[in-house]
Amino acid sequence: MTAGVCLALLGSIAAAEIPLDQRRSGYDNMSAATRAMQDDDTSNPATLSVLDGEALWSRKTGEAGKSCADCHGDAASSMPGVSARYPAFSPAKNRPIDIEQRINLCRTEQQKAEPFAYESRELLALSAFVGKQSRGLPIAVVNDAKTKPFIDAGQRLYSARQGQLNLSCQNCHDDNWGQKLAGVPLVQGHPNGYPLYRLEWQSLGSLQRRLRNCLIGMRAEPYAYGAGEYVDLELYLMWRARGMKLETPAVRP
Amino acid sequence: MLMRFKITRRDALLLGGMAAAGAASPTPSAAVPGQMEAAIRKAIGDAKVQKGRVTLDLPPLVENGNSVPMTVTVASPMTENDRVKAIHVFNEKNPQANVISVQFGPHAGKAEVSTRIRLADTQKITAIAVMSDGTCWSDTQDVVVTLAACLEDLQP
Amino acid sequence: MSARALINVPKQAKRGDVIEIKTLISHQMETGFRHGTNGRMIPRDIITTFTAKYEGEEIFSTTFFPAIAANPFVTFYAVADKSGTFTFTWEGDNGFSVTEEAKIAVA
Repeated sequence: MTAGVCLALLGSIAAAEIPLDQRRSGYDNMSAATRAMQDDDTSNPATLSVLDGEALWSRKTGEAGKSCADCHGDAASSMPGVSARYPAFSPAKNRPIDIEQRINLCRTEQQKAEPFAYESRELLALSAFVGKQSRGLPIAVVNDAKTKPFIDAGQRLYSARQGQLNLSCQNCHDDNWGQKLAGVPLVQGHPNGYPLYRLEWQSLGSLQRRLRNCLIGMRAEPYAYGAGEYVDLELYLMWRARGMKLETPAVRP
Repeated sequence: MLMRFKITRRDALLLGGMAAAGAASPTPSAAVPGQMEAAIRKAIGDAKVQKGRVTLDLPPLVENGNSVPMTVTVASPMTENDRVKAIHVFNEKNPQANVISVQFGPHAGKAEVSTRIRLADTQKITAIAVMSDGTCWSDTQDVVVTLAACLEDLQP
Repeated sequence: MSARALINVPKQAKRGDVIEIKTLISHQMETGFRHGTNGRMIPRDIITTFTAKYEGEEIFSTTFFPAIAANPFVTFYAVADKSGTFTFTWEGDNGFSVTEEAKIAVA
């Protein structure tokens, strides 16, 4: 792929983090019609998942016979701000976890139920429903003594060249954002709308699914779902996107 | 994706196999020359199609061929005696020529419909409106369709 | 349990207004032209018709083909001339059938 060769050469030029005031959401690159699809709940297919999530929120389940609502009450009151600060450090796991892992932790520890499989309809629905409560709020992941090592690990993954094309995330998303790759504008790659409805998938999907697409696109071996690498990467990316507004559930091409 | 719609030798064998098994005539996964014209005739018979009165609104360059927003509007007072009875939309390069057919009842209000369609390749889309007086009007638009930069599958 | 369709009909309107109706339904719209991993064609499974009735009278109906995108979204219009109920019906392959209603108050 000529694009890969060109970028590999360009990547040797000193790479810099995008200045905070130059950060742009993928939303800005979209056509008016796709933006309208995201902004209008009736037209956003992700809304159907959010409604499923809302139903799941009140459903009693597991051996404990509890629903999310039993502990967390009305999601509109208790959940704003939550997805905006995930991935967050989990004392139980002694490392940061993402929102899907947090939901599953509640299922196994509190509800005494089976965890939902990654990318399952239920997990995506709950993640979309919880995420929607933070829509419009600034991303606010914590960078402190506990999380810093993982943010750094995420940054190392982000800047390491990998795969057959020998590309790093940085080559495209820090060094060449705004330019075109195969006719498509390169976005900065902020995970500010997950889970989202991707037109390419014609369904709702998680950030891990999208990262796997990137890895496969770079001809690198994707990590298994749930791998710590994804959470480290997500934590770094959310830190990189700090202050930007969450758009969950977004629509992207 | 483009690849999906080429007939490979494997497809031909499969199609042959299916035909031999007595299945209903299988649809090839590629556009056949003349299929759009045939689909138009099937929808509106011998009626002559004139350009005009119809506005087909599609983005000239789509973000993703899986979901392309489309609006068809027809200039018409939409009264009992002077209205649009139906709108038919056709494509040239998808495996099948029809996109959507819409019938308007007497209280439809506006001869306009919006939806999202799939386009397999860069191609022309044609919208034909059938009026209550039997006349047919049309609009055509060229649409450029690209592939996403990072695909999900490790497909050849 | 699963939310299948979303309807957006104005709750009220003035007599004679042309109102905009938006509908979204959850459906894969499997075209029948794709190949699965074993090379076999994945069979077609789409919604084939969508009909809107206003107090029992059909105002709008469409035939969908595989070229309609997944999770079909359709926007259309109706003249609000009486208070009442809109009924929306989607039908398709493999016995797919969903009906939803929405009420409007017309002054």
